[in-house]
Order: sequence, then C-alpha cells, then structure tokens
Amino acid sequence: MSSNDAVPSSTPTKTSGLHIGEPAPGVKKVDPIIVADHIKRSFGGLTAVDVEHLEIPRGAITALIGPNGAGKTTLFNLLTGFDKPDTGEWTFDGNSIAGVPAFKVARRGQVRTFQLTKALGLLTVLDNMKLGAKGQSGESLTKAIFPWFWRKEEEEIEARALDLLARFKLDAKKDDYAASLSGGQRKLLEMARALMSEPTLVMLDEPMAGVNPALTQSLLDHILNLKTEGMTVLFVEHDMHMVRHIADWVVVMAEGKVVAEGDPHEVMKNPAVIDAYLGSHHDEDLGELDPSITEAVKELADDDADEIKH
Amino acid sequence: MAHAATTPTSRRWPRLVATLLALLFSAVALMSAAPAHAASQVGIDENDYRVSGIVRLDGDPLEGIRITVEGPGQSAEAITNAEGRWAIGVPERDTYVVTLDESTLPEGIAVVDETGEDETPNSREATVGPSGSVVANFFIGEGERATTNVGGQILDRLFLGLNFGLLLALVAIGLSLVFGTTGLSNFAHAELVAFGAIMLLVLSVFLELPLPLAILIALLLSMAMGWANDAALWKPLRRRGVGLIPMMIVSIGLSLAGRYLYQFFIGGETRQLPYATTTALNTGFYGLSVIDIASMAIAIIVLLAVAFFLLRTRLGKATRAVSDNPALAAASGIDVDRVIRIVWVMAGGLAGLGGILWAYFRPGVSWDMGFQILLLTFAAVVLGGLGTAFGALIGSIIVGLFVEMSTLVIAADMKYVGALVVLIVVLLVRPQGILGRKERIG
Amino acid sequence: MIDWIQLLGNSAQQILSPVTAAYALAALGLAIHFGYTGLLNFGQAGFMALGAYGYGISTLTFGFPWWAALLVGVGVSIIFALILGVPTLRLRADYLAIVTIAAAEIARLFFTTNTFVQYTGSANGLQGYKGSFEEVNPIPPGRYGFGPFTYNEYDWWVRIFGWGLVIIAALITWRLMKSPWGRVIKGIREDEDAVRALGKNVYFYKMQALVLGGVFGSLAGMVFVLPRAIVPSNFQPTLTFFIYAILLLGGAATVLGPIVGAIVFWVALSFFSGFVARAVEVGWLPFMSTVQAGQLQFILVGIVIMLLVIFRPQGMFGNKKELAFVK
Repeated sequence: MSSNDAVPSSTPTKTSGLHIGEPAPGVKKVDPIIVADHIKRSFGGLTAVDVEHLEIPRGAITALIGPNGAGKTTLFNLLTGFDKPDTGEWTFDGNSIAGVPAFKVARRGQVRTFQLTKALGLLTVLDNMKLGAKGQSGESLTKAIFPWFWRKEEEEIEARALDLLARFKLDAKKDDYAASLSGGQRKLLEMARALMSEPTLVMLDEPMAGVNPALTQSLLDHILNLKTEGMTVLFVEHDMHMVRHIADWVVVMAEGKVVAEGDPHEVMKNPAVIDAYLGSHHDEDLGELDPSITEAVKELADDDADEIKH
Repeated sequence: MAHAATTPTSRRWPRLVATLLALLFSAVALMSAAPAHAASQVGIDENDYRVSGIVRLDGDPLEGIRITVEGPGQSAEAITNAEGRWAIGVPERDTYVVTLDESTLPEGIAVVDETGEDETPNSREATVGPSGSVVANFFIGEGERATTNVGGQILDRLFLGLNFGLLLALVAIGLSLVFGTTGLSNFAHAELVAFGAIMLLVLSVFLELPLPLAILIALLLSMAMGWANDAALWKPLRRRGVGLIPMMIVSIGLSLAGRYLYQFFIGGETRQLPYATTTALNTGFYGLSVIDIASMAIAIIVLLAVAFFLLRTRLGKATRAVSDNPALAAASGIDVDRVIRIVWVMAGGLAGLGGILWAYFRPGVSWDMGFQILLLTFAAVVLGGLGTAFGALIGSIIVGLFVEMSTLVIAADMKYVGALVVLIVVLLVRPQGILGRKERIG
Repeated sequence: MIDWIQLLGNSAQQILSPVTAAYALAALGLAIHFGYTGLLNFGQAGFMALGAYGYGISTLTFGFPWWAALLVGVGVSIIFALILGVPTLRLRADYLAIVTIAAAEIARLFFTTNTFVQYTGSANGLQGYKGSFEEVNPIPPGRYGFGPFTYNEYDWWVRIFGWGLVIIAALITWRLMKSPWGRVIKGIREDEDAVRALGKNVYFYKMQALVLGGVFGSLAGMVFVLPRAIVPSNFQPTLTFFIYAILLLGGAATVLGPIVGAIVFWVALSFFSGFVARAVEVGWLPFMSTVQAGQLQFILVGIVIMLLVIFRPQGMFGNKKELAFVK
C-alpha cells in the first residue's frame, strides 16, 4: 500500500499477461472476475447493450471506453443489478448474479459508484462513510433502539471511516454535510464510502467527470492504490490520457457492442476503435433516450422539413 | 354548526366538513361525547329538511329495513330502528325518490302495490312540502317482490357510467397534461373543477345571465384561472427551483384554502344550475335526459378537439414533446414556458367545463364538488398512465363505467371503493398504466 | 366585549388536549415516513381510522379488554402498511402518495357503508367502548387541576395515557434516528440508489419505516377516539393534510417538531377561531357571519401549509442547513 501523500508515480506498475490468445472482443482471461454472456438490453426499439461475451480480469484495472451512447453505463447498471437485461447470464467470482438485486450484488463485494455523484447531501461526511460498512447489527430495527448492542461495532466503524477519510484528505470535513463538498470532493467521498464495504471489485462510473484538475492526480492515485490493495477495478472513462495512464486492460464499446479489447496502447490503434470514435456523433447528453418518447419532437422536425419544401 | 349539504354521488366529503367542524368546535370547547345516533337517522343535523317514515308489518315495527333516498343534493341510506322508524335529512325542498330494499324484508314479505299498476311499488316519490319534512311509508304485506329488468338496469348504468367517464376525462386530461409538462401532481386541480361550476352558478343564477352566455363566460374565466394559477404561483415556484414533492404539498395547501374560500363565499349548501332538476327533459331513453345527452355530446366534441390539437397542430405536438422529454424539447427549440402556459390555460378550461358537466351530473353545485372527484381523477390518470393525455381519456372512461356498473353488485355507498381498488391492483400489475411507458416510473 | 380570559383559557387547554396528543403522535409517525425516510404517505388518516376502529370493534363486537383491542388496532395497521407497501415502495414517490390516499379512503368507505353496519355503525360510528379502559384508571373520581386545566378523573386518565404514548413514541424515534438504522433511513431519503449500491435492502427498510410510522398513526387514532365517539367522517383526507401542516410547522425531520408543532397548531387555531367567532359576535367584522368565521381557519391552514413549504421548509425547529425535505 502506498502512502497517501506519495508523489504521483509517473509510471504506475502495469499488470500484464491478463488474456489468453489474441486480444479480440470477448477474449478469454487468465483469471476473470466477471464473465458475461449474451447480455442484451433494449429501450423501446433501440438496442442499448448487446454483448456476446465479456470477461473482466481479476486484480487489474480495466477501463470501459466508447463514444456517447455506446451503452457503457447501461452495461454497468446491468452488471450491478440496477437494471434488468432482456436476456443474459453473468457470473461474479464464479457465482451467477443474473437477476440478483442490486443490494445483494453489493453485499457480495461488487460495489459501484455513479456517473452523477450520489453523495447523501443531508448526511454528514462521516455518516456517509459509516453507511458504507457492511453487516452492521445496529441497522436492524429491533437492535437499533438499544445502543449497547451496537456501540462497540459503531466505534470500530468510525475508526475505520476516519482512517479512510484521512487517506482521502476529507477528515477535516467529517462533520460537514456532504452537500457542502465540491464536486471533486464528492467523487472522493463516494469512492471512500464504497471502500468502507471492503469490496473485491470496485466499479467506477466516470470517476473523473467534473473533477477539477487539482484533484485529478489524487483520484488517479487512489484508483491505483485499490489495485495495490488487491482489489479489481472496472471504470468507465472518456479521458484517454487517464485510461492510458492507469488502465491495464481496455474494453471498447460502440453502439452497445464490444468492438475491441486489449492493452491500452495497442487498442487505440485498432481501426474498429478509430471508426467508433470518428463515426459517432458527440451529441449533447440527454440521458438514455427511448426512441418512442421522442416521437413528438420528430413529428415537429418533419413539419419543419415540409415547410421548407413548400 | 354544520352547514354542509350532502350530495347525490356521495355523502362522504360534506360529512367531512360537518364532522371536522364538529371536531374543531368540540376541540375548542373541550371534547364531550358526540350525541347518540342510530343508523336510522342519517344526515339530520346537516340538512334543513327531512324525509322520514315507519316500516310496519300488520302494525308491528320492522327493524333493519334499508331505505334509500335519492334526489337533489342527497343520496343516503338508513336502516330502520327497533320502532321501525327511519329519517334522512335532505338539503332541498324538492322531490326525492324513496326506495325500500325488499331484500331486507323478512322472507315472503314484500311491498304491496295497491293500485295494481305500479311495477316497482317499493320505490316512490316524496316531495318535501312547506313544513320542511315529508313522511314516506310503504304498504307491506305478503306478496311478490318487484324485480327490475336486469338488462335495462345494465344499460342504464352503462350510459350513466359513460356520461360520468366522459366528464371525468375532461378533468383528467388537464391534470395529466400539467403533470406531463411540469411534473406537478396538482391536488388543487379539484378547485379548478369547482371554479367552473361556481362561476356558472354565479353568472346564470345570481346574475341571471342567459345560460349559453353564462357558460361561455364561465369557461373563459376558468381558462383565465388556469393561467393565473401558473403565472401567480407555479411559474415563480419553478423559477425558485422548488422540488416536485414540495410543490405537490403546496398544491394541497392551495386546495384546502381554495375549497374553504369557496365555502366562505357561496356557503355550504348545494345549489342547482338552470334546468338541472327539470324532469320534463327526460327522454325516456334509458333514463337519459336531454341534459345527459347534451353533456355527453359536448364532452365528446371537446375531447375530439383536444385530440386534434395534440395530434395535428404545431402547438399540440410541442406540448407532447415537452411532456415526453422536456430537456430534448428545449434542445429542439421549443419554447417550454409558452407550452406550459398554454397547458395551464387548457387545463383550467377543461376542468371548468368538466366541473359544469359534473354539476349537472350530480346534480348540484357545491363548494367541495371538485374534491369529491379528485381521487377518481387521479385513479383515471394513473390507470391510463401518468402524463399521457390519451391514457387519461381511457382511464377516465374505465373509471366512470366501473364506478356506475359496480353498483349492480355492491352497495351504492361503496361504488368508489371498486375504482380505488382497481387503481391499486393496476399499480401492482402494470405500474406504468395502460398507455404509460415502463421506463418512466423509475 | 371579548372575554379575553376565556379565550386564552380555551386556547391554553389545547396544550394538554388528547386531540393535540393524537395529532402529535400521528405527526411523529408521519415524520418517520416523510421527514426521515422520504415516503409520501398521504393516508395517515387511514392508519388512524384502523387504529380507532380496530380498538372500537374488538371491544364492542368481541368484548376484548382495552389492551387486547389496542393490539388489534396495531396489528391491523401493520397489515395495512404491508398491503400498501408491497405494490408501491418499488415505484416513484408520487405513486405511494396516490395509493396511500386512495387506500385510506377505501378503509373509510368500508367503515361508512351500511353493509357492515352491525360492526361499524356505518355513518354514525361507534361509541360505548370506553369501559375497559375506564376500569384501569388509577385516578380516584373527582376534579383536579387549576385554572383552565381542571378535569375529571377520566379526562386526566386519557390525557396521561395519550401524552404518555407521545413521549414513548418520541423516545423510540429519537433513539432510532441516532442509530445506524436511522442512518440508513436518512440515506434512503437522500438517494435510495446510493444506499442500494452500498448493499442495503432499501425496500425492506422502507417497509419497516412505513410500518413503524403507521403503528404510531394507529395509536394516534385510538388516543383520538378515547375521549369521544368514533365517527368515520373524522378520518377524511383533510385529517392527513392537517397532520402535514403540523409536521411542516414543527420541522419534518425532527423529533420535537411534530409535538411542538401539534401544540402550536391547536393553540393558535383555537385562539384564531375563537377570536374571529367572538369578533363577529361583537360586530367587529360586520361583513362576516359566524358560519363564515368558522371557515376562515381552514383557509388559514391551507395558506400556512403553502407559505411554510415555500419559505421555511425546515419548519420551526428544523436545522436551517438541514432543509430536511424530500427533493
């Protein structure tokens, strides 16, 4: 474990030899932590995710990249039980977790963060952290009324939370409402809170989005630390610089499919990746669009087209 | 103390006032036990007039016989007491239909038809005279019970339900459009409904304007009221960034204040609009009056016009676009504020019209008439799919038919229960409603 | 002239009134639902009705002693909460609002209909169920107290019982909200997906909160009817709205808020309506009748709800920073 105030290592140790055979979409991994098959999810008529086979290597940092609307977040939601696919099977640590509700997925050690940070604004930073701890007996309604059942456990949790907060340099803010933190601090808090549950796989949805440059480096270090501590990391990111810098493996998605996989430096040379990025429209993000709910807008656009013709 | 009139479709809301007032007054004056009542006396305290009677068989009182009184401003049931007595308070000096439920009579006993011409001797009319009360008794003896034609009854209820469903649709579409475009679940929509009817009452009865002119002005005022609601309250709240749930609670406050403001000005009694209780207008066709037919025709024409607006006009399409996805609509250059303003004007107008038709359907104008159908309106909107205009239409027709048809099998005072149970069951099975989309319930 | 002493005395009586206790208890339940968990329960009147009728029917029809009747009321409200929660706790917040208000109405219509008149007394309600509760009154007969707070032994007994329940409920709420359980509940209010992502069974916690607040509501219903008769039309949606007004007045996510809110609400309302009624009588408000004066207070409550939500969502006692409010 590297110390939190270490100078950012310019060349993080990359993990290699993760795959078996040629790197191609769906390539086998030496030691996969997630194995997914035939995952399909469509909204209305639009297929958001259609992944034949995907394996996420254990003990490494895997980046999930792709243009807007490629289905990265949807895949995240599906793998973590926040959304249900039309079809598909997937395992985590060798056990099937298809159809398992999100909270049980998290209890098994697969913890996620969100693209739009979900700091619990009207809880203090410390309470946010304590909420992350697993298996608290004080969270049972009957025991909660009698503090002697859980006071000792609470003290341990608090000690652990304060330790983590110190590492994330949020200890000075522990009694502030999470709502008062800056965007970057909230990202840090969310990550630290996820670590409170002692996960084996940490899934980060755009950890760098909206974080000011001053905090970027510290976030990168924290992600690298996760690997050093033996966790597996899967993250969605747009920033290619960051991907190249810390990822051991890259999965590229476009239009719901995995179009390429490989080492971060090699994969960017893949023509399918270049196509995916060049061919995509970088539309303004309007959320997951169901084509059927844009009907009226289309009709209006058609009217405009008609008017021009006449 | 209590000044609420009971109403034909339900006696629940006005009783609320009566009892809440009773509650408050008694809270203020320290609580004492409420005076003893038997179920044989219904609505006596709340109403100025009464219909009463004694049910006897060969001079012996019959207990537990169900009597129903229906007419302007009242629809209530009473059960005879140990002396065979019953009494039901009524708000108007008018003619009421009194029905004795023969199924509650002992075996082999029925209401005897003296004239030999009356097919339903267990049902008779009673007119409240200058004395303020009227006695309605029945001749009871051994004999065959009157049975009404079941097929005719079903058709009666079908038309009634359709009529109610159509007027409910007018109300529900406005509620649904407002929800769709602004996300607000507007409890004060009920007060827009009552507003239309009350304005018509003021214009046609108090100011004695000719009815068509009065209706026109009432509708214009309703539309203006819809606009004013948005301009004075909801738009500033949207600007302040007030959340949807706080806004919903604001609408509850507005609803409460509005409702009692109406009562402040027009009082607690039920008043009739012109021609509302004229029996001469009955067509004889499944109990439909000219007013019923006109009401349905108006509702259908207006609903078609709304459909045309939403499907064919530019503004209507923009409305649907905002309803579907405000962010996308704004990004495609639609003036969202203008659309919302127009939706509010429409919602006000449609609610006002719905209120006028509701006042003829019940019949009667009262201060809380909007609140009486608010839950059914919500049921209709949720049933059809929150935020979808056509869903609201379908949901309303279903609720309307369900409410009226269910009286064939369950007691009339339970008829709203069926619709509300259906609402809960639908949420269990298909939470997005009939026309709603699954992704939107998240 | 206005009799100010009497007016103030009447208002002061609201401080101890069992009605105030009942509203405080119901508001405490609603604080758990709405203030802490973010559940929009618009059917608190339904829980109160179930508590009242559960008590009344099991005493009158089945001859249960008061404590067994009380347990029946609580049990029925738990079942009611489960029925409401199963379909709606997975859905968006406003669905719960519509379903709870509808379910409360269904309950009330069942109590009002003539179909079950032998159990419910239909529209006229129930009375004469106080016997068993009166028997356990430890206070010897007589009148006690001072000034406006002079009551007979039964009135005192009802007040002690009602306010005792309020204090117990407040202590439980206070303990819970300081516990890890309360932390999860408040987390759910803020963002249930985040809490789910941390491995908590959100649905289960929401259900627990719904049941607990509902039980407080049913106990409130019993306290409400102990000094008087059960009348079904007391349990209209307006009752729920009044409780919301109290909750917003005191602060939605506080323990003391609902209690002080209830006291302030009833004292102020009593003073206001008493004053207006007497002002009309002595001719200060010539444009108003006494009947109209009675309606003013409802208009006032409506306006107070609106103003509180818009300008002071944290209530009187809520932390200014903690705008304890569902977004």
